[in-house]
Amino acid sequence: MDIGSHFNYWVVIFLMMAGFYTVISRGNLVKKIVGLNIFQTSVFIMYISLGYIEGGAAPILTEGTEVYANPLPHVLILTAIVVGVATTALGLALVVRIREAYGTVEEDEIHKQDSSF
Amino acid sequence: MIEFILDLIILVFLLVVAVTVIRLRDLFAVVMLFGIYSFLSATFFVLLDAVDVAFTEAAVGAGVATMLMLATLALTERREKRPTHTPLIPLMVVLATGALLVYGTTDMPAFGSAAAPVHTHVAPHYLYESPKEIGIPNVVTAVLASYRGFDTLGEVVVVFTAGVGVLTLLGFSRRERDESENS
Repeated sequence: MDIGSHFNYWVVIFLMMAGFYTVISRGNLVKKIVGLNIFQTSVFIMYISLGYIEGGAAPILTEGTEVYANPLPHVLILTAIVVGVATTALGLALVVRIREAYGTVEEDEIHKQDSSF
Repeated sequence: MIEFILDLIILVFLLVVAVTVIRLRDLFAVVMLFGIYSFLSATFFVLLDAVDVAFTEAAVGAGVATMLMLATLALTERREKRPTHTPLIPLMVVLATGALLVYGTTDMPAFGSAAAPVHTHVAPHYLYESPKEIGIPNVVTAVLASYRGFDTLGEVVVVFTAGVGVLTLLGFSRRERDESENS
């Protein structure tokens, strides 16, 4: 196996894991959502990488072009980007609501208040 | 070759931004870096011939998501407190998951190969039949609005549900009523 041919996927996996690590190791809820978004964007890069063909063109039909990138991953990711922002908005609304109810967005302090009831 | 070098430069930038996001505790900087991350990935999508995805990511991912995060920061606090747990267990989970995923890539076709299974099923149909069946040159639009129109309908349902959820959670009308009753 040639290293150059899979290098792209490995970098994407590292980025995904950086996002995953932010989600599970940080207590701040806003930071968790940023981590989730980084994870998500990395998955987008993964999909678009799968649709890429070397020497191909963007999938807009023109005379004299034979090889195009695969349009299917592009369509799926277009949908995913918009859905991703919708879920991010919902997550951030939850953060704002939690801040109103608990006065903090740090996970530890929220747990502490919950257990003191 | 030039494409490969550009590819490499953007990937390195993405790596640096992701690691910096983990290390920084000023949330304003973290959110701005996330915007940069989105823009870099949009640039990367242009290199990978996904122009429609690139401008959606630049407008919606980098623009709207960053705006929403900044608005949340304005309503909450700007600094993250020091984590109280040791990062050992998360680090192990992440390393194990990453190793499994890397192991999974060994079966994948090489990056950019035209013979990969993903290019041999419906994609040729979309590329070569859509001018006759739909009649617009942009294949992504043809697939999005026609062949997979129900997907897009589902997307609209999700966005609508999320919008209703946000309005219910933040309940602006309820808050105004509470304030007028208190005064």
